[in-house]
Amino acid sequence: MLSDAIAEARRQAEICNACRYCEGYCAVFPAMFAKRAFADADLVQLANLCHNCRGCFYACQYTAPHVFALNLPAALAEAQHESWKEFAWPKPFAQLFDRAGVAIAALLVCAFALLLWAAAALRPAGGAGFYAVLSHGFMVAVFTPAFVLPLLAIGVSLRRYWRFVSGDGGDAVRLSDLRQAIQDAASMRNLRGGHGDGCNFEDADKFSHARRVLHQFTVAGFMLCFGATCAGTVMHYALDLPAPYGLFSAPKLLGVPGGILLCIGSAGLAWLKTRADPALGVRAAKIWRGEMAFIVLLFSAAATGLALYAATVTTAIDTVTTTVGAGAIDTVTAAAATVTAAGTVTTVGAGATSTGTVATSTAAAAAVTYLLPIHLATVLTLFLLTPYSKMAHGFYRITALIKDKARTRCA
Amino acid sequence: MNLSARSKPQTTGPEVLVIGGGNAGLCAALTAAAAGASVQLLESAPRPYRGGNSRHTRNLRCMHARPVGAMNDCYGEDEYFDDLLKVTAGQTDRQLARMCIRESAGVCRWMESHGARFQPPLSGALSLGRTNAFFLGGGKALLNAYYRRAEALGVEVIYDATVTHLEVDGARIASVTAEINGERMALKPRAVVAASGGFQADLDWLARAWGGAARNFLIRGTPYNRGVVLKDLLQQGIKSVGDPAQCHAVAIDGRAPKFDGGIVTRLDCVPFAVVVNKDGARFYDEGEDVWPKRYAIWGRLVAAQPAQVAYAVIDSKALDLFMPSVFPPVQADTVQCLAEKMKLPVQNVAQTIKAFNAACRPGEFKPDALDGLATAGLNPRKSNWARAIDTPPFYGYELRPGVTFTYLGLKVDESAQVQAAQGPVENLWAAGEIMAGSLLGQGYLAGFGMTIGTVFGRLAGQGAAAHVK
Repeated sequence: MLSDAIAEARRQAEICNACRYCEGYCAVFPAMFAKRAFADADLVQLANLCHNCRGCFYACQYTAPHVFALNLPAALAEAQHESWKEFAWPKPFAQLFDRAGVAIAALLVCAFALLLWAAAALRPAGGAGFYAVLSHGFMVAVFTPAFVLPLLAIGVSLRRYWRFVSGDGGDAVRLSDLRQAIQDAASMRNLRGGHGDGCNFEDADKFSHARRVLHQFTVAGFMLCFGATCAGTVMHYALDLPAPYGLFSAPKLLGVPGGILLCIGSAGLAWLKTRADPALGVRAAKIWRGEMAFIVLLFSAAATGLALYAATVTTAIDTVTTTVGAGAIDTVTAAAATVTAAGTVTTVGAGATSTGTVATSTAAAAAVTYLLPIHLATVLTLFLLTPYSKMAHGFYRITALIKDKARTRCA
Repeated sequence: MNLSARSKPQTTGPEVLVIGGGNAGLCAALTAAAAGASVQLLESAPRPYRGGNSRHTRNLRCMHARPVGAMNDCYGEDEYFDDLLKVTAGQTDRQLARMCIRESAGVCRWMESHGARFQPPLSGALSLGRTNAFFLGGGKALLNAYYRRAEALGVEVIYDATVTHLEVDGARIASVTAEINGERMALKPRAVVAASGGFQADLDWLARAWGGAARNFLIRGTPYNRGVVLKDLLQQGIKSVGDPAQCHAVAIDGRAPKFDGGIVTRLDCVPFAVVVNKDGARFYDEGEDVWPKRYAIWGRLVAAQPAQVAYAVIDSKALDLFMPSVFPPVQADTVQCLAEKMKLPVQNVAQTIKAFNAACRPGEFKPDALDGLATAGLNPRKSNWARAIDTPPFYGYELRPGVTFTYLGLKVDESAQVQAAQGPVENLWAAGEIMAGSLLGQGYLAGFGMTIGTVFGRLAGQGAAAHVK
């Protein structure tokens, strides 16, 4: 399969190399035009440099129905997808790239079931906040390998990628290459379209920054959420300040805006994806669905995280209110009965405020029992599938950009 | 947008009707619409092929007194005009040409205001970096921007719409007949801009002008430029300019598709090659000048050879000195084998190469400059880059004439208004290839076609809009 995708990418690149009109669009073209013939390694590198901005497709005088039938974004997307499967480690998991939608759904269900079971069967005797539902020890036991092992796997894949595209030699990498590659990735320079008007995606040949901005929201949101986790880890272990944390703590100051950004970014990217022409990406519909499932997973991780925070904030109030005494529950029941009977809360009288809060907080405490496993299941799925889903693109892209920076510096 | 749903022939029309959706037509439509006129644009191609030959372009030549955008240094009116005189051997309307050159100074800014974007000169075309402004993404990207802008300005664009007849009534166009999605329509616009290109895609017409040899020509651009409007107007007494046998033609890869091969079919190997005809004989100085200055004459040179074909032979020393070809060259380890693979008379080719090699002289080879490395005692001589063809593997490319556009056209004045025998046609303007013969009597200057289209397109749009006010 890799050879089919590569052969088609080569056919198209040879036509592009005799034309070169797209030279100004992105990093793919200068890298392509530096070659006279295209080895498999060259094409894999070009494929991973391509951001699928589609500027070259809409500018191309040789797209179908022309006999040359160029569709470079699709050809490179196919080659890129196949290369990820080729470099995946351990090898059997490579097939997940073709079944990302199913894999995400299945893993979500399994993770949720595991965590729900754990919450019921291994419910800790003490602990506050989340730790009242799942013990800190349990979470560390599950998430440490779920974080480390995928990173190890992607590391092996990137090493394979680097060796493949470098061939016998290759240019040595300097720190400046790394810095420039990260700058380009962070600013998404290659989605700016050469002229700075952006890329073509959601509305055919119209240039816009929508995809670039929404992707930056997504990355920034993800990074802030990741930062929140790191901050929590430091506070727990180094400062002996275990969760839960208040709003004006580092984990929350990072996590709440991060979650909101990630929600907006991923929802926006999903919407853009429904507007864009699917024929300019990987052709198989199941791959499109897998990519969409990944975006929805990102959104879900953020949204459930925010919901969980909202629920724990309410539960925190609960702990204060419940100190009023066991009689409160009776009041709640009475109040509920009153509401039902009169159809309005105004008859409850002076006790309404506190009893209402108790009702909400009790519901919130129950919600945490379910929201926590749901949220952790999305995060677990996201982590575990990182080396075998769309999430891998970030790692490969940065690697390809570093490779390209080394090439341009040595050229 | 689509008129196919209308059952009755339409008898009214827009204020301004633009015929042709290439660069010239769009410049006219944008200008007229920006001036407040209601504009309809008829494009004979279906949407994916919209834009005529402009789809295949990549730059335009602009006069400039100081560096502008990516164009460095300066390029003044006189130098520009001299360049035009050189390539046309003086066959140009001097007044129109100078006007066009002066107007070219302001077009880049206007183009940018309508969505055009520029980029530094492309690799392989660096020698044009001073004189020509390159479109980011090429001509199709420029057209996409113009079409979007036209729609935003309220221009009604109709595809698959071929104009078959303009009724000339005295000194005006009384009505226009068009086939829109296969349905015949009668339109009565108040002003008309003809921007429908040359006739190069009508091979019968080309054969009448050129003789049967023209049937072996390849057409580099759109198959939709069949000269229907041009022929219709010339038959009704509109003044013509240009020689029907003159056109912009270059030597391209003989394996190119019959139509629409565009830029990728060009071959830049000639200066580093020995070029023979089908009898294995050389016929012209391959190293006369740098390729960008000579590429436009090789179309006619090859057209004059038996069967309108030629073969460029290089060796491995030269392979990396020019832009890669879209089709791989024929390759062999000996010149004889190469000749056999290319179905050429083996002995003749071998003799030609042997004689050429014997005529090469020692000296410094400089691929990027006129190096004066010439043959001695060979006829025709090779004036530069004459290095022996002696290092296998050997490579061969088939060359055929590729026609870009024909020069027979409508006569226009300095306002792009079309001229009949008795004077101007009061509501007809022309722009682009359909009138380019006024400025290009022969030869070609890279990027000048798009300059003519842009300058005269804008003038036509202004004239048409002013007429309907």
